[in-house]
Amino acid sequence: MPESETPQLDELEKGPWPSFVKEIKKTAKTKAAGKDLLRQLERSYTDGVTHWKHGGVVGVKGYGSGVIGRYSDSPEEFPGVAHFHTFRVNEPSAWFYNTKALRTVCDIWDKYGSGLTNLHGATGDLILLGTVGENIQPCFDELISAGWDLGGSAAVLRTISCCVGPARCDNACIDTLDLCYDLTQTYQNYIHRPHWAYKFKIKISGCPNDAAASIGRSDLSIIGVWRDALRIDQDAVREYVNNGFDINKVVVSKCPTEALEWDEKEKKLILRDEDCVRCLHCINRMPKALRVGKDRGARLMIGGKAPLIKGPRLGWCVIPFMKMEPPYTELKEFLEKVWDWWDENARTRERVGELIERLGVKEFLKAVDLEPTPEMVFQPRDNTFIF
Amino acid sequence: MAETDIGPPNYKDMLPPIIKKNYFQWKSHEILRPGVYKHTAESGDEIFTVRAGSPRLLAVDTIRDICDIADKYCDGFLRFTSRHNVEFMLTDESKIEALSAEIGQKLGFPVGGTGKTISNIHHTQGWIHCHTPATDASGIVKAVMDELQDYFTEEKLPAKLRISLACCTNMCGAIHCSDIAIVGIHTRPPHNIDDKNFATWCETPTTMASCPTGAIKRNAETNSVRIQEDKCMYCGNCYTVCAAMPIADKEADGIAIFVGGKLSNSISPPRLSRLAIPFIPNNPPRWPEVVDAVRNIVEVYAKHARQDERMVDWIDRVGWPAFFKLTGIPFTEKHIDDFIGASATMRTTTQVRP
Repeated sequence: MPESETPQLDELEKGPWPSFVKEIKKTAKTKAAGKDLLRQLERSYTDGVTHWKHGGVVGVKGYGSGVIGRYSDSPEEFPGVAHFHTFRVNEPSAWFYNTKALRTVCDIWDKYGSGLTNLHGATGDLILLGTVGENIQPCFDELISAGWDLGGSAAVLRTISCCVGPARCDNACIDTLDLCYDLTQTYQNYIHRPHWAYKFKIKISGCPNDAAASIGRSDLSIIGVWRDALRIDQDAVREYVNNGFDINKVVVSKCPTEALEWDEKEKKLILRDEDCVRCLHCINRMPKALRVGKDRGARLMIGGKAPLIKGPRLGWCVIPFMKMEPPYTELKEFLEKVWDWWDENARTRERVGELIERLGVKEFLKAVDLEPTPEMVFQPRDNTFIF
Repeated sequence: MAETDIGPPNYKDMLPPIIKKNYFQWKSHEILRPGVYKHTAESGDEIFTVRAGSPRLLAVDTIRDICDIADKYCDGFLRFTSRHNVEFMLTDESKIEALSAEIGQKLGFPVGGTGKTISNIHHTQGWIHCHTPATDASGIVKAVMDELQDYFTEEKLPAKLRISLACCTNMCGAIHCSDIAIVGIHTRPPHNIDDKNFATWCETPTTMASCPTGAIKRNAETNSVRIQEDKCMYCGNCYTVCAAMPIADKEADGIAIFVGGKLSNSISPPRLSRLAIPFIPNNPPRWPEVVDAVRNIVEVYAKHARQDERMVDWIDRVGWPAFFKLTGIPFTEKHIDDFIGASATMRTTTQVRP
C-alpha cells in the first residue's frame, strides 16, 4: 500500500466524533479540489501557518458581496485549490429546509464547486466552500434560478439569522422567522452592495435565553420579551412539587430578584410581577407549568461585537420594549436612523458600538431621537464631569 | 440573466406541516433524553426532535444522506441549529429509536446536545479556508469533542456548557461569550514587512489608523511602515487591512483559553469570557495540551458547581482565586487587564476569601 500523503489528517479520522477529514476525503475521490485541499491542509499542519493568500476580490455581476475570494499561496503545488472561492448563500429563516430544496443546492454545488459546504457558517449562511473563478457567475445564475440568493460579506448588512422561535418553541415572544425574512427582503440592497464603513449585524432571538447568540455578536440584537405577568398553571406547579421537584431550591431561591415565593400551606407559587426581570430561569426549569406572558414584543440591544478592534462588547438596552409586528415600521425607522448616523460618522472598520463610545451615548440618542431612560444603564455616572 | 436580489427562499416553504399548523401555539416542552425533545402544542399535537452533532464541514454526499433520512422519517423536512447540529423532527414517537439508530449507522453522528450537556463546538474555518488564522479550527474541535463526546450524549453537568472556537482575534465566530472559548492568538508583531509591495498593496494612512495602540509609524526610508514593537498587542488588524504586514508565525502562534462567558439572561446577565490560559503552542494534529486544558476546566467545574450554575455563576460564587487554585492554572501578569478594562477589573474591596 502506498504511503499516505496526509498522515496527520488521517489521525483525525479516528475517534468517536464525526470527522471533517472523512468529509473532505469523500469529495477527494472525484474532485481535484478535495484532494489538494487535504494536501494543502496537511502542509499547514506541518508548517503551523495557513497557506491561503491574503484576500482577493471576486464576485458576481451587480453584487459587491456574497463571494469570498480565496487563493492558495502555493498554486503550483496545490493546483486543485489554486482558486478556492466561497459562496455565502443566504439561509432560510431558522435553518429549516425541505429536502428537495437542499438537494438542489447540493446538485448545483456538485456541478460547479468542490462539493464541500459548511452547515452553517458563523454568520448563519449556507457556505459553499471552494470553486474556481470562471464558475462563480454560472453557479450563481443557477442558484438564483433555483430560488437561492447570496448573503452578505465585507462592509454590508450581514446575513440576518434567528432562533427557531414560534416554529417550535414555547418561549417565543416574537415571530423571529418572519422578522428575519422581512428584514432580509427589505434590505437586499444593503446586503448585496457595500455602503458603509464596516459591517452591521442583526440577530434575532425569540426570548431572553438568546439562542441566536445575538447580544454578543450583533450590532443590533432583537430579543423577544413579554410585558404582562408570566402565566402560572398552579395545577401543573403542584404536579412538579408532588413528583419531588424541590421548587424552593431549584426555582424560588435562584430567582435573581426574589420575585417568587412558594406558599407551602396553600401549595401555590406566588409571583411579584413588579420584581420580575424576565430572566426566564423559572420557565426554563418548569416549562410545563410556567409560560411567557401574552403581551409580547422585543428589547433592542445595540453595539454588541467581537474583540477587534477595541475589545469585545455586549449589546446594551437601547429600547426596553417595542412591539414587533409586520410590517415592522417602527423598527425599520429606528434602524435607518442608526445607519444614517453611523454612516455619517464612522471611521473605517468602526462598528456602531465603538462609534457610540467614541462620540458619546448622548450624541447617539439625539441622532436617533431617543430619550434617555434608566433601563439603558446599570447605574448612573460616578464622576462630576457632567456638562 | 435571472432576476437578482430575490433573497432567501421563504421559510414557509421549509416548515413541516405540523409546525405550520401549530405555529406560535407551542405550549410546553420536555427533554425525553439527551438529544431528544418533545414539544406539545395547544392543539395537543406533539413533535419529537432528534438532535445530532455534525462536523460542520459536510460533503454534498453526506447532505444527501441526511436528506434520505429526513425523507424516510420526517416527510422531507429538517433543520440545523446555530451550533452546527442537525435536527430531525418526528410526529410518531415510536420512530425515535429507529431514526436515532439510522443517524448513528448511516451518518456516524452522535445524538445529544440538549439540556445540561456540552453541545457542538461553534467554530470558524481555520487553515481550511481562512487567510488570517493563528491556528486551525476543525482539527482542534475534532480532538476536543473526541475527548468530551460523553458530555454531548449524556447530561453529566450542573448546567449547560458552551464551548466555541475562533482561529484568530478577528473572531468571525464571535466566541467571546462562551463558557469555554478557545481562541487562536499571535504573540509576535508582524515581521518581514513587505516593503517592496507595500506601496502597491496598502495605503499608509489606513494601515497606520488600523492599529488600536498607534504602534505603526511611517518609514520614509523604505516608503513603507515600521512597527514600534513594544506597543504592538498582536491583534492582527493591520494584516487584515494590509497584506504586506504578515503576522502568522509557526512558533509564536497558538491558543488562549477564556472562560465564564454566557449569552443567556437566565438567572444572571450575559457575560464576556475572561482569560484563563494565556498561551498554549499549536501542536497538530491533536493539540493534546489544549484538549487536556479543556477537559480539566470541564471536570473541575462539573465537580464543584451547584445545580443550574453556569461556569461564570460558579466562579462568581467561589471567586477567581478559587478557580485558579482548583484548576491548577497559574495566575500571571497576563491575566491583569492593561487594555480597555484596566482599572475596572481590579479588586477594590477588602473582601477576599482566606
